Amino acid sequence: MSDTTSTAAARHFPAINLHVLGPVLALLLLIALGAWLNPNFLSYGNVTNVLARSAFIGIIAVGMTFVITAGGIDLSVGSMAAFVAGLMILAMNSLIPIMGVGIPVILCGLAVAMIAGFIAGWLNGVLIAKVRIEAFIVTLGTMGIYRSLVTWLADGGTLSLDFDLRALYRPVYYDGILGVGWPIIVFALVAILGEVLMRRTAFGRHCAAIGANEQVARYSAVNVDRVRIATFVLLGMLVGLATIMYVPRLGSASASTGVLWELEAIAAVIIGGTVLKGGFGRVWGTVVGVLILSLIGNILNLASMVSPYLNGTIQGVIVILAVVLQRERKAAGAR
Amino acid sequence: MTAPVLAISGVSHSFGAVQVLFDIDFDLRPGEVHALIGENGAGKSTTMKILAGYLRPTSGQILLNGAPVSFTGSQQAEAAGIVMIHQEFNLAQQLTVEENIFLGREIKRGPFLDHRRMQAESRALLQRLNSNVDPRARVSDISVPNRQMVEIAKALGREARVLIMDEPTAVLTARETEILLEQIDRLRAAGTAILYTSHKLDEVARIADRVTVLRDGRHVLEAPARELNTDRMAEAMVGRELSGLFPEKPEVFGDPVLQVEGLSVPGLIQDAGFTLRRGEVLGFAGLVGAGRTELMEAVVGLRPASGRITIEGKPLKPGSVMAARSAGLVYLTEDRKEKGLLLGKNLRQNLTLLALDRFTRILIDRKAEAAALDRAVAEFDIRAGDLNMNAGNLSGGNQQKLLLAKTMLAEPRIVIIDEPTRGIDIGTKQQIYTFIAGLAAAGKSVIVVSSELPEVIGLSNRVVVMAAGRIAGILEGDDINEQTIVRLAMGMPGEEVKAS
Repeated sequence: MSDTTSTAAARHFPAINLHVLGPVLALLLLIALGAWLNPNFLSYGNVTNVLARSAFIGIIAVGMTFVITAGGIDLSVGSMAAFVAGLMILAMNSLIPIMGVGIPVILCGLAVAMIAGFIAGWLNGVLIAKVRIEAFIVTLGTMGIYRSLVTWLADGGTLSLDFDLRALYRPVYYDGILGVGWPIIVFALVAILGEVLMRRTAFGRHCAAIGANEQVARYSAVNVDRVRIATFVLLGMLVGLATIMYVPRLGSASASTGVLWELEAIAAVIIGGTVLKGGFGRVWGTVVGVLILSLIGNILNLASMVSPYLNGTIQGVIVILAVVLQRERKAAGAR
Repeated sequence: MTAPVLAISGVSHSFGAVQVLFDIDFDLRPGEVHALIGENGAGKSTTMKILAGYLRPTSGQILLNGAPVSFTGSQQAEAAGIVMIHQEFNLAQQLTVEENIFLGREIKRGPFLDHRRMQAESRALLQRLNSNVDPRARVSDISVPNRQMVEIAKALGREARVLIMDEPTAVLTARETEILLEQIDRLRAAGTAILYTSHKLDEVARIADRVTVLRDGRHVLEAPARELNTDRMAEAMVGRELSGLFPEKPEVFGDPVLQVEGLSVPGLIQDAGFTLRRGEVLGFAGLVGAGRTELMEAVVGLRPASGRITIEGKPLKPGSVMAARSAGLVYLTEDRKEKGLLLGKNLRQNLTLLALDRFTRILIDRKAEAAALDRAVAEFDIRAGDLNMNAGNLSGGNQQKLLLAKTMLAEPRIVIIDEPTRGIDIGTKQQIYTFIAGLAAAGKSVIVVSSELPEVIGLSNRVVVMAAGRIAGILEGDDINEQTIVRLAMGMPGEEVKAS
């Protein structure tokens, strides 16, 4: 008896280690490849550029990690970001006549973004947890709804932030402290808090329990509905936060804002080792996943060996590979 | 007497370190119904699975028409005309009745399925069973007894020479049971060899030609059915030394701590009421499907129900496991693999899941968690090769102990334990019995739901017997005995027992 358990345990450890290190090794390999192909790759300008561009998807992907860990999925985040951006710009523009161009207007805009994200996430969560509709179906629906709403708000065109206000808001994307841009700082903070939330709090533990076996969670007095709604609310608010960082970059929103963000975010979560079916998630893995995805694009742009148009192909291959590796670990564990 | 068509000789079987069958001889003859009876855990299912090719015995022989065979799987046994009808049906829910009956041996005309012929044949098979199920109906849409009929029709369609029926009447009403028994009579007359198991001994007496009794994995009795009555069968099934296995029952009780009045769950439980006192062990007995688990799940808020539940005089918020837990009431599920433990998570995360708030301010105190695991491993004698292993890699008995430890970590005052010893070996059973008695002695109150009568009798101060979603009787003192419980559980009045 003790014989079988000890061999099972012995087999367990190397498998886990390989699984933990996989995404990190892939990231290091990409960095080495990038540095070898182009000396500018590791330059300050390129690194901050890559990180700042990853920040939007990254902030959303951290929230997505919780949703997926708890056994859900959210396809609506890209459309939600566009819709929140549209609302935010409309709100700020319409407040200028009353409040004038100034910081208060921007603060109101931020509040609108966070509240809109909160409500959108809460709606997804309630429809899934209380009305008991599949997460895939609910968010497929809201994905279409938000995309159409932002198109309608912009009347098919582009919603542009007032020009004077744009100048005031710009630094939120372009400035930072000690040469580190705000988007990067915010992304780092979100990632660190997310990692602590996932690993060290009852909320994170409950997410994993629900994703692993909802019945067990229910029988263990976990408030399953509340936790599930909370994951969607958290994701909605992080979409709001990502939008806050994104709007000053272009100062506009249109029907094409945030297109395919949901797929990039989900891909990053999966590459990072979170199990798509739920039950196990790691936020730092998601961060690695986001970096891998944006480095691929960056390297293709810099290297000119492969057409940058093949970016999507390579990303797709990596996502599929990540899942294959995940399954091999599971098979090894089951043996 | 005809020669046996299928037999096992000297068969033993072990699951891991636990031996469940000891040197069993058993045979089935054409045109004969051979009943295999015994308590839960006596080894009936294992014997049936070996006969039907689902399991290969650890040692011993399987003889088909007198020649040794070794089935590599149930398909091979089925090809030899041996069909097992499971308690949990093996039907494809989304396919129609006809598609299920002909699954794997579809009739074709050219490249296409000949639905008309398959439907006609399905109808004919079902008519032989006096069943008017529409062959075109989806299995998911028909009732449970009808699914049973479809299973039997499927077996008939395969021209089974040997039919192994695992408690076929557990889900049937009295009338449906009668039809099934008539069918079995007919199959017997047609020369089919039938293995029949049931907990309902009156049925066994009615249908069987021969009866074999298993107890604790050993063959204890084989006799022609006409030489036995139900009492003899029950005696042979139970006949074990009960003293020693069970600790002394506590004697002193305090006030009522849990009162349940008029509790109903639509379609499952009708108007159930009982009281649990401080320091008491209250047993719940009944047949499978009598609604014991459903009643307990309703009490702790896992199922919507109507009725009144009070804990120490205070009404309990209905439908909330969280509220029940805060009130000191916890439920330990019978289904440890699906509802009790996260098999893919480590011991520590499983242990603290129910009582996680005790380890959390803002962050989870992982040192305290590790210390709690060390204490639990010592206190409950959980044998794990490595404390970082996943709960799924523990043996059944150790999983059960981990589940107990998890439940007790919430420091409950009232514990409901559903099937405390299902599928675990006798040594661990005794540990768990001692633990339950210790809880009661420490002033906690315990409800034990069990299908194993010796367990209910050996542990409980009082026994509630349930039948068909109702409380059939509450027994105390000398009334707590196997016969009275069995009679009540089968819906017979308890009074007659004392007279006989």
